Amino acid sequence: MAVTEHQPGDLLQQDRPRPVSASNRLSRMQRLRRDKALLLFALPGVVALLLFHYLPLLGNVIAFQDYQPFLGISGSDWVGFQNFSVIFNGDPEFLHALENTLILTILQVVFVFPAPIALALLLNSLAHEWIKRVVQSILYLPHFLSWVIVVALFQQVLGNAGLMNDTLRAHGMHTFSIIGNPHLFKVLITSQVVWKDTGWGTILFLAALSRIDAALYEASDVDGASRIRQLWHVTLPGLRSLIVLLGILRLGDVLTVGFEQIVLQQGPVGTDVSEVLDTYVYNNGILGGNWGVSAAVGLVKGVVGVALVLGANKLAHIFGEQGVYQS
Amino acid sequence: MSATAARRAVTAPPGIGKFSAVSAKVVVLVICCAVVILPFLSVVSTSIADQKQITNAGGYVLWPTHPSLNAYRAILNGGVVTRALMVSIGITVVGTLLSLTATTALAYGLSRSGSFAHKPILMVVLFTLLFGPGIIPNYLVIKELGLLNSYWSLILPTLINAFNVIVIRAFIMNIPQDLIDSAKIDGATEMQVLRRIVLPLSKAVLSVIGLFFAVGYWNNFFNALLYMNDTSKWPLQLVLRTYVVNNAPLGSDQLQVGAEALPPPQSLQMAILVISLVPILLVYPFLQRHFAKGVLLGAVKG
Repeated sequence: MAVTEHQPGDLLQQDRPRPVSASNRLSRMQRLRRDKALLLFALPGVVALLLFHYLPLLGNVIAFQDYQPFLGISGSDWVGFQNFSVIFNGDPEFLHALENTLILTILQVVFVFPAPIALALLLNSLAHEWIKRVVQSILYLPHFLSWVIVVALFQQVLGNAGLMNDTLRAHGMHTFSIIGNPHLFKVLITSQVVWKDTGWGTILFLAALSRIDAALYEASDVDGASRIRQLWHVTLPGLRSLIVLLGILRLGDVLTVGFEQIVLQQGPVGTDVSEVLDTYVYNNGILGGNWGVSAAVGLVKGVVGVALVLGANKLAHIFGEQGVYQS
Repeated sequence: MSATAARRAVTAPPGIGKFSAVSAKVVVLVICCAVVILPFLSVVSTSIADQKQITNAGGYVLWPTHPSLNAYRAILNGGVVTRALMVSIGITVVGTLLSLTATTALAYGLSRSGSFAHKPILMVVLFTLLFGPGIIPNYLVIKELGLLNSYWSLILPTLINAFNVIVIRAFIMNIPQDLIDSAKIDGATEMQVLRRIVLPLSKAVLSVIGLFFAVGYWNNFFNALLYMNDTSKWPLQLVLRTYVVNNAPLGSDQLQVGAEALPPPQSLQMAILVISLVPILLVYPFLQRHFAKGVLLGAVKG
């Protein structure tokens, strides 16, 4: 299968042995002395990762503490799994955040995930190279904007005093309350993600489409296959590995839905419709001072994410796909 | 009207049917592009429109009749926005340089299989892709290190990104080993090999990753929200949130402009938005050129 050779997952399999001058015949000390310079190069980056990634990882122990900022980690009391009772006993606020998160995830899987595939197929079916390139340049752009800018742009266009409602009002027509409307909040969030990342999402799919063997299309043409049948029997199978790969990665983020995007827009709609797990951790922990409980929720969320990625990857292997990595 | 269109579709000969399928596709793409472009047009137009036109239009303008740069003069005159702009530029420049240096050095240090401790260090890097520590522990570490309200809290936590390390490493590993070996036989140190051979050959991938780092630092809102309570140290994204998204009043107290010379509030807001957009729009063509050459994808695909 042509596509599988070119997946991002390949990156990690690049460790093909290189003709290093008989490294295994040297002793450890000799190799250390030989590679001293290389280790020094790696040092600053590794220190940064240890300080800002692994040290916080250890900091997760406060999930098992009644953490008090003035006592610090060493001075705070250990409380075992008490902080996790919010999760296991189903604290209403937590359940609410979980529910909102899952609804948003489902909306995103249904509308955000297929959008780049559809757009890529559409772009690919156009013969004109330059139209393709112009459209791509325009549609990739939103990906590089920050969420603050995207949210501000949406307000300017769809807000109550924004461009759309101004125009409707000027023509004496009915206006729509979209921004700040709790009923439409989840739809708004989803459409913002579509606006921002659909264009960018096509990159990988367009690359995969260009690797599908043209002979397959010619052969199916000769056999009299319609466009729809070609799509089903040639194009989609060519995209399958990539879709599986991205699906697995998305699965790891099932409990993660745009923290920045939601924090920016929570104010006017209230937490009832907008609280998700990440904002729950932020609002309860950093703003509310419930350090232990928030850390516990964050920890469980992280562990569930990893478990889902590993599980889905295993499943992909069982079905004969390459997945994210090979064991 | 729709009935006529339907009848025409039914009676149309097959050639025309194919033509209309193509034009339907073009229409869809034109709509997609308009949906992306229109907000930008409206924002830029409003930022340079005058009070009279804004009032007449009810708030926002699609095409300014009397363009003026007063709003830009007002926000760049010193005051909140100017200061935030300086902070953002500083963070972006310093952050990008440090990130690119540390990432390239790490990638080069890991680029020779069989070198000492190369496997475990690689695992240390890769594991960070799988599991993030979470908001609370990150905050506590920054606090314990005394970095709250320090500009370093906007740089150091995102200094290294494992994915970028992997991309650059893959690129370096594709450089023929013979080149490096022969330089070494001639007595070159690792530093010389890196500077004379590896860096010149990796210019393309380094510029793409550098631009990505720059865009990331410029856009960073999350870290600033968490770690910066001191409003005088706010980067542009937080100022944008306060005065544009949350509509906080922006008057002569925040800007160093007399009340009588104050441009319309919509223009001020949109001018801040434009200023935060401009750097992205400036680097975008360069990023674009690299997509076109497939440098990035080539690197990503290995």
